Amino acid sequence: MVEAEKQERIVFSRPKALTDTTTHYCPGCIHGIVHRLIAEAIDELGIQDRTIGIAPVGCSVLAYHYFDVDFAEAAHGRAPAMATGLKRVQPDKIVFTYQGDGDLAAIGTNEIIHAVNRGENITTFFINNAIYGMTGGQMAPTTLPGQVTTSTPFGRDVRAAGYPLRVCELMATLAGAAYVVRRTAINPREIRRLKKAIITAFKVQMAGLGYSLVEVVSNCPTNWGMTPIESLEWIEKNMLPYYPLGDFKVAEGVENL
Amino acid sequence: MSSKILMKGNEAIAESAIRAGCQAYFGYPITPQTEVLEYMARRMPQLGRVFLQAESELAAINMLYGAACAGVRAMTSTSSPGFSLMQEGISYIACSMVPAVVVNVMRGGPGLGNIQPSQADYSQMTKGGGHGDYKVLTLAPSTIQELVDHVGLAFDLADEYRQVVFVIADGMLGQMMEPVELPEMRELRPPPAWALTGAKGRPKNIITSLYLNAPELERVNQELQAVYRRIEANEVRYDTYLLEDAEIAVVAYGTAARIARTAIRRAREAGIRVGLFRPITVYPFPYEALAEVAGRVQEMLVVEMSAGQMLEDVRMATCCRVPIRFFGKMGGVVPLPEDILVEIEALAQGKPALVAQEGA
Ligand SMILES: Cc1ncc(C[n+]2csc(CCOP(=O)(O)OP(=O)(O)O)c2C)c(N)n1
Ligand code: SF4
Ligand SMILES: [Mg+2]
Repeated sequence: MVEAEKQERIVFSRPKALTDTTTHYCPGCIHGIVHRLIAEAIDELGIQDRTIGIAPVGCSVLAYHYFDVDFAEAAHGRAPAMATGLKRVQPDKIVFTYQGDGDLAAIGTNEIIHAVNRGENITTFFINNAIYGMTGGQMAPTTLPGQVTTSTPFGRDVRAAGYPLRVCELMATLAGAAYVVRRTAINPREIRRLKKAIITAFKVQMAGLGYSLVEVVSNCPTNWGMTPIESLEWIEKNMLPYYPLGDFKVAEGVENL
Repeated sequence: MSSKILMKGNEAIAESAIRAGCQAYFGYPITPQTEVLEYMARRMPQLGRVFLQAESELAAINMLYGAACAGVRAMTSTSSPGFSLMQEGISYIACSMVPAVVVNVMRGGPGLGNIQPSQADYSQMTKGGGHGDYKVLTLAPSTIQELVDHVGLAFDLADEYRQVVFVIADGMLGQMMEPVELPEMRELRPPPAWALTGAKGRPKNIITSLYLNAPELERVNQELQAVYRRIEANEVRYDTYLLEDAEIAVVAYGTAARIARTAIRRAREAGIRVGLFRPITVYPFPYEALAEVAGRVQEMLVVEMSAGQMLEDVRMATCCRVPIRFFGKMGGVVPLPEDILVEIEALAQGKPALVAQEGA
């Protein structure tokens, strides 16, 4: 009896950096997983009391309710500019943006490119679900060729709508980028790898090495018209070939963190 | 007691902001405002403060928003086309109630227009400008000394009301030089309790302009409106010149008012009883004071470097109680004192007052 009590140990609980709130995310949506991993990373690094998050416009617009850290809500696409302002005046704080593909790769392309290029010590978590989730499933800059959305009802015709943007490949060309990687969250192994990347990204910022960006190839079962399981299979089959997982920029010094 | 030094308007804006405790400046080059940016680029790093040339005015205003969320005094400056780009961010800043200062050194428009002085952003600055029900306290200096004083005052008022405050200047004020007396360097103030500084030993702070629940957003709007009512009750500022015995009141602000003064002086020499009413805050507009003036003069002459934007406020203030003549120059053309004198003389000679638009 006494032995059993001694052995009792909490092995799973809500991270401190997450609030005790029900999220509004659809069942099976990867946004929730990424939130949890970021919160775990904040806990493990002990930075909850000096982290400031910036929510985008998109399905994760209410992220500030879910994280238990100081938070601002930016205009659509402007999170990296806002983060720049916040970070420049308090360089000792950890500042991260959380952005969707419409937010980061369409309306906010200018802000992200220049923030990365300046080598701001900021971390961005980029949720690429190849669609505008919040507004009901229109084409995103990352929508795949032929993919049907409400604004590409006959499938994305690249001759008319251009080609899906590969954000990591683009950002990796910028000198200010210190850590640019693409991960996903379609199975426990990938989730563990994603978590490691999130921790590394924060460490890059803490070490002042430059911009860190973690892209998460994500899903939107609701607007893709799939079950959560189907959406994970769809990621593997259709998205990963176009958006290969991997490390696109790992600047000097990052390996030793 | 500090002595006067000769300073260019744009540099005076920058130095005044620094002395008021501006800890972060974000901007983008645009004539006729660029010297503010260039001055800040030199001075801010020397003082260990933040200077950053943004990739656009969109980015600049959102950087300002971020710095303002961190609770420091921060500023951006621009000229008309850049100011248009900032409207999005200004609307967000207004709703989330963080203090910030924006200076617009206006130039000729619309479109790319030109780089000459203009007052054609009056409506955009005083009536909201961006989306939603908000207004911005707007100070209208007419000398470089006033520019210096207004920039300092703008930071204080921004803090007091937790709102963005504008200084409405123009290319003339930005580019000319005058002797000014600069204020003492002020201490930097610590960030307020609501600022995003990391939730250390306190619950987290959130700064947002999103309220999905309509009654909640209505409450936020009511809160904002209450702030504007307080501003309207406490912050109306105006100036008069030779108005006590005047039969004709010239109404003008900023550079136009300054030129009108010269014309008024000359008209007085010719025996015409004319004076100047100069709004110093253009929002809140001095409606009551001007209504009082309307009750005791025979005519009014509104002079603007625009097609007649403040004219609408003058009409509202005076409720047709007095005939109004309008003289406006557009597209970066600056009125000469002689032009205004001709208008004053026309009124004095009993020519019918009319709201005429001068086709410049
Ligand atoms: C200036 C502006 N334009 C458009 C919108 C409408 N809008 C809201 S969310 C969104 C797309 C978000 O898509 P994404 O960034 O991919 O995020 P997701 O919802 O997929 O997570 C758009 C276009 C807006 N809020 N503001
Ligand atoms: S709409 Fe799509 S992206 Fe948004 S919460 Fe639902 S599943 Fe997730
Ligand atoms: Mg998306």
